[in-house]
Amino acid sequence: MAFRTFAVAASSALALMAGSAWAKDGVTIGLQLEPPHLDPTSAAAQAIDSVVYSNIFEGLTRFMGDGSVVPGLAESWEISGDGTVYTFKLREGVRFHDGSTMDAEDVKFSLDRARGEDSTNAQKALFEGITAVNAVDPQTVQITLDAPNGSLLFNLAWGDAVIVAPESIDGIKTDPVGTGAYTFQEWVQGDRITLARNPEYWGDQPALASATFKFISDPTAAFAAMMAEDIDAFDNFPAPENLPQFEADPRFQVLVGSTEGETILSTNNKQPPFDDVRVRQALAHAIDRQSIIDGAMFGYGTPIGTHFAPHNPAYRDLTGHSAHDPDKARALLAEAGFADGFETTLHLPPPSYARRGGEIVAAQLATVGIKAEIINVEWAQWLESVFRGKSFGLTIISHTEPMDIGIYARPEYYFQYDSKQFQELMAKLNATTDPEARTAILQEAQEKISADYVNGYLFQLAKLGVAKAGLQGLWENAPTAAIDLSALSWAE
Amino acid sequence: MTRNLILGGLLSSLMLLAAAASFLWTPFDHAAMNIPAKLQTPNAQHWLGTDHFGRDLLSMIMVGARTSIAVALVAVGIGMGAGVPLGLAAAARKGSWLDEGIMRGNDLVFAFPSLVIAILITAVLGAGAVNAIIAIGIFNIPVFARITRGAALSLWEREFILAARVAGKGAARISAEHILPNVMNLLIVQGTIQFSLGILAEAGLSYVGLGAQPPTPSWGRMLADAQTMVSFAPHLALVPGLAIILTVLGLNLLGDGLRDHLDPKLRVARA
Repeated sequence: MAFRTFAVAASSALALMAGSAWAKDGVTIGLQLEPPHLDPTSAAAQAIDSVVYSNIFEGLTRFMGDGSVVPGLAESWEISGDGTVYTFKLREGVRFHDGSTMDAEDVKFSLDRARGEDSTNAQKALFEGITAVNAVDPQTVQITLDAPNGSLLFNLAWGDAVIVAPESIDGIKTDPVGTGAYTFQEWVQGDRITLARNPEYWGDQPALASATFKFISDPTAAFAAMMAEDIDAFDNFPAPENLPQFEADPRFQVLVGSTEGETILSTNNKQPPFDDVRVRQALAHAIDRQSIIDGAMFGYGTPIGTHFAPHNPAYRDLTGHSAHDPDKARALLAEAGFADGFETTLHLPPPSYARRGGEIVAAQLATVGIKAEIINVEWAQWLESVFRGKSFGLTIISHTEPMDIGIYARPEYYFQYDSKQFQELMAKLNATTDPEARTAILQEAQEKISADYVNGYLFQLAKLGVAKAGLQGLWENAPTAAIDLSALSWAE
Repeated sequence: MTRNLILGGLLSSLMLLAAAASFLWTPFDHAAMNIPAKLQTPNAQHWLGTDHFGRDLLSMIMVGARTSIAVALVAVGIGMGAGVPLGLAAAARKGSWLDEGIMRGNDLVFAFPSLVIAILITAVLGAGAVNAIIAIGIFNIPVFARITRGAALSLWEREFILAARVAGKGAARISAEHILPNVMNLLIVQGTIQFSLGILAEAGLSYVGLGAQPPTPSWGRMLADAQTMVSFAPHLALVPGLAIILTVLGLNLLGDGLRDHLDPKLRVARA
C-alpha cells in the first residue's frame, strides 16, 4: 500500500516535471490598474481595453502594434466617390462566444448604440458625422456620413467602437461576449481575470491556450512579482528606475517603446492669471523638459513641444518655441504684472510621471517666482475636481488617446482653450480626406497650440514593457491600450 | 545618572541639534534639485549622498527632523493640554457623572486603532502636516487623562491633601497647586514616550502620503520615495530609516532613564 502511494506520488511528480519541460501554453500578464468593468464601449478606463481589445471584442477595423489600421471584422470596404458612403463587407462565419452569428444587424446595433442620444460611450466624438448605419444584407453594412471624414476607418478601430451583440449586452460589464480569439473565463475581483482560447475563432488559432491578467498596483510588489517570475510580462512597468535591473538580468527582456500619451502640464486657460498668454508662455520657458524626463522617468521619454506624438509622420518638433529660459520667463511675468510671481495649485494624480514630475515642475516654477502648491489626489478625485469640476490651476497628466489634438477644439474641455481659429482648423481637417492636405492642417494645428502656449508640453510617455526572455510577439509601442494575446508565443 | 539616560539624552539631543541647526545652516538647500547629480552614494561633498532628484540627503534629514519634531511636539501639547485637566477633573470628582463621562469617552477613543483613525481624519480633512498633528494629538488626550487620573486618585487620599481641604481650598485649586506638581514627573516621562510615538506616527502618515506634503521634507515620505530604489540605492532608505529608529530609540531610552531618575519609589528600591 505504502509502495503504491509512493508510485502514484512519483508518477504525478513526473507528470508535473514533464509538464513544465514542455513549452508553456499560457501567459500571466501584470497590469497596474484593474478595470472597473469589462465594457469598452461605456467607459474611458484604459485598463478595460488592455484586457478586452482584440482579445474578447473586435471592431470593423483594428490597430496593429505598429499603429497601422487593418481590416478586422470587415473583410473589405468601398468608399463612394464623394467620400460620404462607406460600404463594409463583413467576414463570413464569425460567431460570438455564445454561438450566435455576427452579422450586419449586430454592427448596426453596436454603432447605433455608441452614437445614440443616451449613449454612455466615452468617445462619442468618434461617431460624429455618421447619419445612418444600414444593414444591406447579413454580410454588408453601409455607413453614411454627413460630410467626408478622412479618419472614419481609424475611428472604427478604437476599443470604443467594437462590435457587441444585442443578446448579450446586458451582462457585458461582468460577462463580456465578443467575437475575439479569447473567451472570458473568470474575474476574481482585486486579483485577476482569466481568458481561454476560443476554439471557434474565425481567424488563425492563437498559440497560447490561456491568459491571466494579474492586477498589481504597487510598483514594489510589481518588481517583486516579476523578479520571482510569478508573472511573465508586465504591460507597462510602473517604476522606470527598476528597468536597468531587468536589462542586466538574462531572464528578462525590456521593451521600450512609445505610447500615444502626451504628458502635459495642463493649464486652466480660464483661470487668472493663466488667461494671459504671457503667463502661459512664462510657464513654458520656466520648465526644463530634460530634467523632468531624467528625474521622473529616469531618462525614458521624448520631449515634445506640442500636443502630438513624435512617432507620427505629421509631427513637428516645436520644442524650440518653449526652450528652457528662466530669465525670459521672469521677464514675461514682469511684463504681465507678476514681477513678484504668484501662487497657484498643482494637482497631481497617482502615476509616478505626475507625482515625481510635479515635484520637479514645482521646484522649477519656484525659481521664476511661481509658487505652485502641490496637491496629491487619487484618480477619482482628479476626475471629479480637475477634469469635471475644472477647479485647478495646473495639473500633470498624460493624454493617452491616439490623435487627440481635436480636444483643443472643445472650449468646455477641462483646460478650457477657446480659439475660433483652432476650431475652424479642426472643422477643415474633418472635411479633408487628402492625406497631404490633412498633414498640412495637422501641422498648422500643432503650431497654433504651441504658439498660444495652451499647456506646458513636457514629454511623450514611454511604454516600458518587461517580459520573460522567451515571450515573443509583445507590442513594443502602444498605438492604443491593448495587449494582443493572439500575437504572443513562447520561444522553444 | 543611568546609562539609559545618557545614551537616550545623547541621541535625542543629536536630533534636536540637527533640527535647530537646520534653521541656520544646512550643507545644501534641502529643496534644490540637481538631477544630473542624482542617486549619489555618501561622499565628501554629500555626506549622506543624494536622492533621486539630486537633493542632498543630509540637508533633507536635518529639515525633516524639524517637521518630525514640530508635529510630535504639538501633538503631545494637544494631548497634555486637554488630557491633564480632564484627568485632574475626573480624579477630583471621583465616581461622579463627570468622572464617568470623561473616562468612558477616553475608553471610546482608546478603542479605535489610532493610526486608522488618523488616516480617516487626514482623508476627510485633507493630507497635510496640520491635519496630521490634529490626528495624532487627539489620540494623546486619553493617554494623559488616564495617567493623570490614576496618579491623582492616590494623591487625593494623602494627608497633605486632607490638610489643604481643611484649610478651605477648593478642588480646582488643590488640583492645580498640589496634585499637578506631584504628577508632573509621571507626565514628563509619558510625554517623552508619546513624543517618540508621535514621531513614529508622523513618519507612518507621511509614508502613506497623508503627512507633510512635498516639498516639505519628511522622513516618512523619504522612505516611501526610496521604496522602489532599495535594490540599487539602499542608502536612500537606510538614511531616513536610521534617523527614525535612532530618534525613537533615543527618546524611549530617555523616557526610561527619566522615570528611573524621577520616580522616588524606584530610587528607593534601587538603593
